[in-house]
Amino acid sequence: MSRIFVAGLGAVSPAGWNVTALREALAQGEPLPVQPLARPGWENTARSLRVRPVPPPPVRPEFLAHPRLRRTSPITHYAAAAALEATAAWRALPTAKNLRLGVIACLQSGCVQYSCRFYDETLKNPATASPLVFPETVYAAPTSHVAALLENVVLAYSLVGDAASFLQGVALGAEWLTENRVDACVVFGGEETNWIIADALRHLDRPAIVAAGAGALCLCREGQLAAGIELAAITDAQTFSISRNREQAALAMRQQLGKNSADELLADGTGDSAHTDAAELAAWRDWPGPRVSPKRILGEGMMAAAAWQCVAACDAVGRNQFKAATVSLVGSNQQAIGARFVRA
Amino acid sequence: MMGNAQAKFALMLFPLTNSPAARPRVVVTGAGIVTALGGGWKSNAEGFRAGKRAFRPVTLFDVSRQRVKTAAEVELPGLDSFPAMRLSRHQLERLDRAGKMLVLAANEAWQQSGWTAAENIPLVLGTTAGGMVLGEAYYRQALQQPENFRQQATRAVFYQPQVQGRMVLDSLGCNGPISIISNACASGANAIGHAWDLICSGQADRVLAGGYDALGELVFSGFDSLQALSTTVCRPFDARRDGLALGEGAAMVNLETLDSARRRGAEILGELTGYGTSIDQHHLTQPHPQGSTTLAVMRQACANAGVTPEQIDYINAHGTGTVLNDGSEALAISEWAGQRAATLPVSSTKASIGHLLGGAGAVEAVICLMALREQWLPPQMIFETPDPACKFKIVTQPQEARLNTVLSNSFGFGGVNAALIFRRWA
Repeated sequence: MSRIFVAGLGAVSPAGWNVTALREALAQGEPLPVQPLARPGWENTARSLRVRPVPPPPVRPEFLAHPRLRRTSPITHYAAAAALEATAAWRALPTAKNLRLGVIACLQSGCVQYSCRFYDETLKNPATASPLVFPETVYAAPTSHVAALLENVVLAYSLVGDAASFLQGVALGAEWLTENRVDACVVFGGEETNWIIADALRHLDRPAIVAAGAGALCLCREGQLAAGIELAAITDAQTFSISRNREQAALAMRQQLGKNSADELLADGTGDSAHTDAAELAAWRDWPGPRVSPKRILGEGMMAAAAWQCVAACDAVGRNQFKAATVSLVGSNQQAIGARFVRA
Repeated sequence: MMGNAQAKFALMLFPLTNSPAARPRVVVTGAGIVTALGGGWKSNAEGFRAGKRAFRPVTLFDVSRQRVKTAAEVELPGLDSFPAMRLSRHQLERLDRAGKMLVLAANEAWQQSGWTAAENIPLVLGTTAGGMVLGEAYYRQALQQPENFRQQATRAVFYQPQVQGRMVLDSLGCNGPISIISNACASGANAIGHAWDLICSGQADRVLAGGYDALGELVFSGFDSLQALSTTVCRPFDARRDGLALGEGAAMVNLETLDSARRRGAEILGELTGYGTSIDQHHLTQPHPQGSTTLAVMRQACANAGVTPEQIDYINAHGTGTVLNDGSEALAISEWAGQRAATLPVSSTKASIGHLLGGAGAVEAVICLMALREQWLPPQMIFETPDPACKFKIVTQPQEARLNTVLSNSFGFGGVNAALIFRRWA
């Protein structure tokens, strides 16, 4: 059996443009400020939408000069920044140019900004809808741009699903490494947001505050490249169905992860909604150790939030704060999956 | 057999199960298809064999201000005509066209395979847009009637492809992990290829896989804005080609190990012997002009299948009908085939049913199975002058043929290329 290690981490979140910013925000434990989000048609009503936006980068990222990224939307910027941060050590290897890289993108809402923009143009007059915008609406666009940016990418998939799918992406990356199809694999989860995502979330989970960003893990086979972190386990996908509700799926995920000791960290996916969080809270009711809940601080970032959970868990292990960390992902409408990372 | 499959999937996604000492052979025991030529194997096989074309004026949305006004629309049956399945009428009503086509294809494949309701059947789907038609409806209502929330929550849930995937499993009375691959127009082929990977690596004995997409206003307008749609007739590989035609549809296949199929005494439709995939980083929407990634994935699929170009009896090309795609693919096929090119039959069935985007690779995989099983070549009936880059023969007339091994190409925006190889089961 191949061992799989985490060679690097990357994050863009409402806390800022790197893992350090994410770590500091989670350590502070205070929910980040919320901003109002303008919604067409509600200008003269008492209704409002809220968002935790990603702040502007402190300096313009160099990667935006890449010709492929000129017209891209924020989701690609977030994904690119997270992927570059996660692969920084790997790309610094003298042999990096000769190694095969895999890219796995995980998305739930995907490229909503340009999708709305292009559809709006279509409704107004399809004859003037921009051909430059349309290609950026597809789920695979951020994957393609990140692959072009990283170069020597030989294998790339875009996976769509609820937030728990991020761990399916990590499992797929581990599979590609185990089968020696790639030498390293960056797995990122990313989302961008706009009024329509906040509007939809309001229908489904009113207390949740929508957020955007990305998180990335760079996986490898070589222990010497590990950032002190090893992937120990990912549970089976516990799919919701007629015969298994969300709470039962969360419990099945918890049971597959087995017993944990009190000196391990749990990175859970609970946020601001008692109703949405109920299944996950029930599954982890007897968790004996410390917890971190990134969504409570950063907001409902969907696939990005799942990635932040994994980054937070790995970061805590890599910095020797914990010997192991468990990630709990109970998605909104597909599945529950958990994972365990240990000190390498 | 069922117990064995369940035991395997009680394991974790990681660590992986140890790969089997010998790679299992993977066979297809069920296939379902919905296209503008009809619903089901029989009507589609008749249509593709004859090279029928299924384009008609678009009725699903307003195209009066578009350059192009036709597409290959599917005539979906009313809900009363749906086959018996484990979804209520209310559940079916919540699905958009894409979801309905998907459920129909999956149920046809399931019935044909003889699989029975069970736990832990992995489902792998390819799509580019999922339930985008519901997303469009959400957007229009949110803008035009900002205080009207009726049906918006349902649309927000059911436009998501994983929810459509759950409906497929619920309709079949089974459960299992759902993977949605959205590698643009290669998605359907990647979904089937990923299913093959799951079985070959010993992670599953059986996988239900396929792809789907419905016509929608955003996507239609998108391709029209790119001036990628043909304003005349979609003629892949013709020197005078001027673009693609859009279609819609779904196809699903039941894949399982040969051992599993034999134990059940199942009828085998064909064998999936090879899969190749990689990414072309040349451009977001344009293939590398020399088709280098296409060449690489065809070689990869052949290596996996243990065959050479001389052993490939037919290629179902990606063949969209655009100048750039077909030129690049023609160069790649010609180089890959070498001397074999002169006698190699190639066609693009997009000439009959249009480009099905995320559904294309899966539908074309089922067309390959039909051709292998019934021993014919699907023709492109409208074809005049071959592109000079084509060193191979375009099939232009209905004809019977001895086919043992065929290859299907699929490429997508973003650059993912995929190739599948199927072998006749006799």
